[in-house]
Amino acid sequence: MQAKPEALMTPQPQTQAVSRGDSSVRSWVDESARYLLIAPAILIVLVLAIFPLLVSLYLSFSRFKFVKGGFEINFIGLKNYEKLLFGSEQRHVLGKFGEVPLTGWLLYGAFMGLMLYLLYQYATSERLSGFGFVMRVISVVFAGGLALLALLTLGAGGLPGTLIVTLMFVFGGVALQYLLGLGLGLLLTQNLPGKRFFRVIFLLPMMITPVGIGFLFKMMTDTLKGPFSPVWLAAGLGDFAMLGQADTARLAVIIGDTWQWTPFMFIILLAALEGISKETIEAALVDGANRLQMFRFIILPDVIPVSTTVILIRLIESFKIIDMPNILTGGGPGTATETMTLQAYSGWRSGNLGESAALAYLLLIVATFCAMVFINFIRRRLLNWTV
Amino acid sequence: MHKSKFLFLFVGVLALFSTIASAQDKPYAGLEIDLLTFVGPQVAEPLQRHAPEFEALTGAKVNIVTVPNADLYQTILTDQATGTLSYEAFVFAPQWIVDYAVPGYLEDLTPYVEADEALEWDDVGQFFREFSAMYDNKIYAIPLDGDFHMVYYRTDVLEELGMEPPKTWDEYLAVAKAANGIDMNGDGEGDYGSCIAKARAQQSYWWILSVAAPYLQSQGTSQGIFFDNDTLVPLTDNEGFIRALEIYKETTQYGPADELSIGVGDTRGLWTAGRCALTLDWGDVGSLAVSEGSMVNGLTGAVITPGSTSVVDRATGKLVECTPEICPHAVDGVNHAPFASFGGWSGDVSAQIDPKLKEVAYAYLSFVSQPAQSNVDVTIGATGFNPYRVSQFENLDAWLANGFTEEAATNYLSAIEASLNNPNMVLDIRVPQNQRYEQVILDEILSRFLADELTSAEAAAEIVTRWEEVTEELGRDAQKAAYTATLGTTGGN
Repeated sequence: MQAKPEALMTPQPQTQAVSRGDSSVRSWVDESARYLLIAPAILIVLVLAIFPLLVSLYLSFSRFKFVKGGFEINFIGLKNYEKLLFGSEQRHVLGKFGEVPLTGWLLYGAFMGLMLYLLYQYATSERLSGFGFVMRVISVVFAGGLALLALLTLGAGGLPGTLIVTLMFVFGGVALQYLLGLGLGLLLTQNLPGKRFFRVIFLLPMMITPVGIGFLFKMMTDTLKGPFSPVWLAAGLGDFAMLGQADTARLAVIIGDTWQWTPFMFIILLAALEGISKETIEAALVDGANRLQMFRFIILPDVIPVSTTVILIRLIESFKIIDMPNILTGGGPGTATETMTLQAYSGWRSGNLGESAALAYLLLIVATFCAMVFINFIRRRLLNWTV
Repeated sequence: MHKSKFLFLFVGVLALFSTIASAQDKPYAGLEIDLLTFVGPQVAEPLQRHAPEFEALTGAKVNIVTVPNADLYQTILTDQATGTLSYEAFVFAPQWIVDYAVPGYLEDLTPYVEADEALEWDDVGQFFREFSAMYDNKIYAIPLDGDFHMVYYRTDVLEELGMEPPKTWDEYLAVAKAANGIDMNGDGEGDYGSCIAKARAQQSYWWILSVAAPYLQSQGTSQGIFFDNDTLVPLTDNEGFIRALEIYKETTQYGPADELSIGVGDTRGLWTAGRCALTLDWGDVGSLAVSEGSMVNGLTGAVITPGSTSVVDRATGKLVECTPEICPHAVDGVNHAPFASFGGWSGDVSAQIDPKLKEVAYAYLSFVSQPAQSNVDVTIGATGFNPYRVSQFENLDAWLANGFTEEAATNYLSAIEASLNNPNMVLDIRVPQNQRYEQVILDEILSRFLADELTSAEAAAEIVTRWEEVTEELGRDAQKAAYTATLGTTGGN
């Protein structure tokens, strides 16, 4: 047996060193490639999303002024926020405080009791963490503050500001959209004639521009000249201006918003309903479950995970509502239908960018905490209930 | 060969001369400008109508771009300040000239006007030349419209009631109350004593100033109604302005149920449909009343805005009865203070564009303002342009040609002239960022007052607080200088 020539017996260490070097470079490239390839896209998203956030945050602490050749931004600290929350715009944003009856205080007490109980439950659970506890305390304080504000401004002698008006549209609108969307979804899971046709029809409102819907409802609520005026007149409402009264104007905005966004709830919930296992339903039927029991124990638990997600999405979206009140009522009568976004838009329109940015950030804070309360106190419990 | 060469040469020379001739006929061929104004249909309509005419004459294409009135100020400011320069010309409120001229966004049109005989500059009423067109002794805008508030009344309804056109705001309320519920157009339904557009975020905030003006100003135009001339404290927290707010609110009782959410387009529609006994508006109603489809042609009278028999003593804030010393311009004991609200739509040119495009933009605005076009436009209610040239008041031909009777034209023009020539005429505010004072703050507070969110005293006080904040922010001395300089403008033709 011939020995291998030494030339063939290439020095192992050198080869190994080269191989190790090659493979470590290669593995670094492999490891880093995914970050390097995705970096441009992330950078663009960061620039488009984070940069405006930071600029508008700085603007909220500044006074903006157009001058020849461009603009001037002067730092003024918290003055914009002071004006909105404690100064001449306080009534506009927070509302006018009225008197709260005893029942109101009792309700508030019950609400705070519930919030504290939920906090206590968390504090005594296995999931307890320092950060989680602090965030939940902040959420409780925040929710308590909003509830107190609602109580003070919605009672006798009180007038809601743009903050409470926004919350009315958010919670009232989303609740109605969810119930209607679920109802329509349940209807279309039945074997009804024309269900495919109605599935398309129910989606149409979502395709229409909000401004168009605003004008549509403006015409429909016109008791004298609109297409429904014979109906209004026959009902004796010819002299009634729906958009001229605070409560009915808000109702008109909620109805218009609900008409537009119920299809969104509907289509997602329909998909969830159609995904429920037929075997489970058949088994329940065999076991003698009636429709209510079917809904309570089979359908609802299966739909809740999707429901909480779609409610959260709509909640966050609803905080930005502007089209409907802007077109339908201009924020009126008075400020009865003016939302925070509409108020910020009016400020922007008059060149008051600093105050407008401060309002936008206040809205961001409110929306973030409402979402946190929903996720931490409501969504988790609903999901646990389905297990 | 010689013949064909000669023919070729002849055709070539002919073509060359034709090109030169057409270039001279259409000096702006191939050029295009964008002009920004509010969505209208008033104001935008005549601009859109004249654009093809101008193109046929000059070759230049003019695109009319519109935005809602509430967005116009900011759109222009942002476009010019950021250097975007999407628009070469604008038609906007002359009050805003101060915010655009000072930073250098508007072209000084003085040399253009001086060289432009076709514009007939001297025919433009002196007041409109000074208030609508000039700032700091330079011409920055070409007037296209002249604005005064007036009260219109149904001649037949008042005759039936045995009442006279109102001379004071108390009389206005009395007429409105008496007429409210009467069927004025024969459809069997009761109609309205008063129709005033009160929607928020439209053009409604000017009406309260017409109501308040005779309570606040009696010593002539240079006294002003917005601020104390020494301290620049707003003139709203006093008995006069509070009384004006109460009058304004009371008119709502005699109007349509949705008056708080209707704009001038709606109230003008109600007027021509014969549904109102009284209305407060600019000059548009006079021309709309004689337009096709109007049910009130020959039944519409116009009168100077009502006055007051008492005015505010600025030292005490209390109302005091008119005397010859306190109200030197009073007529039969009534102090009138007609409000030159808004001034009148005016055309301006961007200073930051190509000089050739500036020429085109100016030429178009001049074309629209020239008597041949303007004298017809002001007689058509749908244009939104009201009389502002001397010839428009003196020559009735165009009015008669567009549906006015001589009596109606005389009545209408007399009412405007009575306002224009009144020594106690009131100028609209023209300080820097006047848009914040009026269009934002006054509009919002007025809307809240009408919706019962504020009492009259609270509304008056809040206007003071919020206007003072703006004044402090912009500099009291600078605002005072701008305000008092504006009050130096004289009235009349």
